[in-house]
Amino acid sequence: MSKIIEVGPVGYMPQSAPSMGVELSPEGKGLLYGNIVEEEEAMRDAARALLTMDNPTIFPGPMVLWDWKDDIAEKSSAILDMAAEIPNCKIIPMPDYRPKYPKIDVKAEINPNHPNLTILDNKIKACVFIGVHCHYANLSLRMIRAGTDCYTVAMCAFMGHEEAMSSIRDVHASDVLRFRDIIIEVRNELGIEHTPTMPPENPSLEKEDWGSLTPADYGEYRSLIMSRKGEHVADVE
Amino acid sequence: MSLNKTLVSMDHLLNEAPREKHFITGAQAMAEAVKRASVDMAIAYPITPQSEVMHLVGDIYAQGHIKEYYRAEEELGTMSAIAGAARAGVRLFTATSGPGLLRGLEAIVSWPGHRVPCVLGVLTRVVNAPLSIQPDNIEMAYLMHSGIVMLHAENQQDTFDMTLAAFAITEKVDVYIPVSVSTEGFFVTHAKGYVDMMSEDLAYEECDPYAAPVPAMDNEVPPARIQRDAPVQKSNFMSYLIHSVWQQEIWDSNKRAMKYIYQYVGGPIEVLNPGSDVMIVASGCAAAQAREANRYAEEEGLSVGFVKVKAIRPWPKDEIREALKDAKTVIVPEHNIIGWLCKEVQASIPNSGIVVEGPRVYGGMTLPVELIMTEIYDALGMESETLQA
Repeated sequence: MSKIIEVGPVGYMPQSAPSMGVELSPEGKGLLYGNIVEEEEAMRDAARALLTMDNPTIFPGPMVLWDWKDDIAEKSSAILDMAAEIPNCKIIPMPDYRPKYPKIDVKAEINPNHPNLTILDNKIKACVFIGVHCHYANLSLRMIRAGTDCYTVAMCAFMGHEEAMSSIRDVHASDVLRFRDIIIEVRNELGIEHTPTMPPENPSLEKEDWGSLTPADYGEYRSLIMSRKGEHVADVE
Repeated sequence: MSLNKTLVSMDHLLNEAPREKHFITGAQAMAEAVKRASVDMAIAYPITPQSEVMHLVGDIYAQGHIKEYYRAEEELGTMSAIAGAARAGVRLFTATSGPGLLRGLEAIVSWPGHRVPCVLGVLTRVVNAPLSIQPDNIEMAYLMHSGIVMLHAENQQDTFDMTLAAFAITEKVDVYIPVSVSTEGFFVTHAKGYVDMMSEDLAYEECDPYAAPVPAMDNEVPPARIQRDAPVQKSNFMSYLIHSVWQQEIWDSNKRAMKYIYQYVGGPIEVLNPGSDVMIVASGCAAAQAREANRYAEEEGLSVGFVKVKAIRPWPKDEIREALKDAKTVIVPEHNIIGWLCKEVQASIPNSGIVVEGPRVYGGMTLPVELIMTEIYDALGMESETLQA
């Protein structure tokens, strides 16, 4: 298979995958290095990358971080099951899309405006994007391909991503669990022994005390806090 | 929707639903499409020749086909309000003409980058001084580099079908940028033609704001921090890089629209008599005249073919190149002085020297078929009667 989309760094000014002729895969198919392939083939290559490259990391986005829709909790639980099957796997969230200035905490999160910083600082050589809105996933995946040597996997709820080395589309909880099973299969083929282990706690995130939370705790974002329907917020500045 | 409509897919609406023939203006055709598109909100600011479209859309609102409608204070406000409303995840329509388009252009060119799905009607009009309200499609040249998807309607039927199709294309997750439907003011908007339309009891299924590549603002689903902030422009490499890949994403989205143009509009071009010595390439109202010239030429047994360009963006470069591969001469009639279509055609083929730059009319002039025939005769080395003033 000729690789149209390769692990980077591809250079200073990346060419976008669609402009290189890569098209999104049709339903039931995946993308592997820019080529349309059977979904399982894309999953197996992704599994091999996650099992053999340094510091495999899952980047969950807002769509799987908040329980905002019926099937999300099930999907998020499946992501944890998948993470547990990848040795030394970490989870670093992309909780929102706001640029992080003056400086992002690269141990705590990844951001679509400067994803390279998290990838490079943590020496991540293989990663999975899941639950990130497509626009921001495309930006991130292209910037990672431009400036890092990280293998990228896109598990997309919609149509997939041309920029990722391996792209799976229409991903539901059952697809995440299928990928988990393929990871176990490939791991056994590679002779890697592993006991399912949950990823470590994110060391940079402080324990939050939701019981005493006030708007002041939101810092620069406090003006954006909206009360929920029926909620009465008495404690304001 | 307050009316009891049957909601269906766009494929069903365009390709399967039974239709009846009506004799209506282009403005009515655009408004009738809006009527069947389950539009949540339309925002208007009047300008000739668009006014009739948005007036009719106002009537449709009063009849209950649209949820919200208001008249803005001017075009920049209109287009900015469209961008704001899009963030709430609603289906949107507006329309404008010539100077109005240019007044709103600052907001319009920001729509694709903000991933604003909406349908923009462009009922073309002269933009340059001296003041004129007459048809001339030079304003489309300003849209061509904005990133939005551009369809160009030949007649009233196209105006109806393309406007409906635009609502489906703009909301595709892999597109999600605005789609404009242009047609010539007066020549199409105020002239009647036959339009086959499905029942107004049918309407396009309502939009799902969560099937989107960007989050809709939803103040009842926390956290409010998940907003679509643009990157702050700091003077460093990463901030430049995010902007560059963001711009790429706009044009990638534009490119991805092509498959939906095949699905809903039947492809970006229509070709008659492929392989002919002389090919006429035209879009919009000029395509109607070019089609007629092609018919004349057929009657005279001349080797003449016709390419109608339906999609201006994404530009169908490969399709144009294929359609013109055997041509010895290419004629590009247009309703503007700069020849924006001609330039695109020249840039698409390896032998651009075969392209005749015209005939062009502008400032409200009509495009007589005889002007095109004269170019055809010249190309074929035949004697011709030139049009006398």
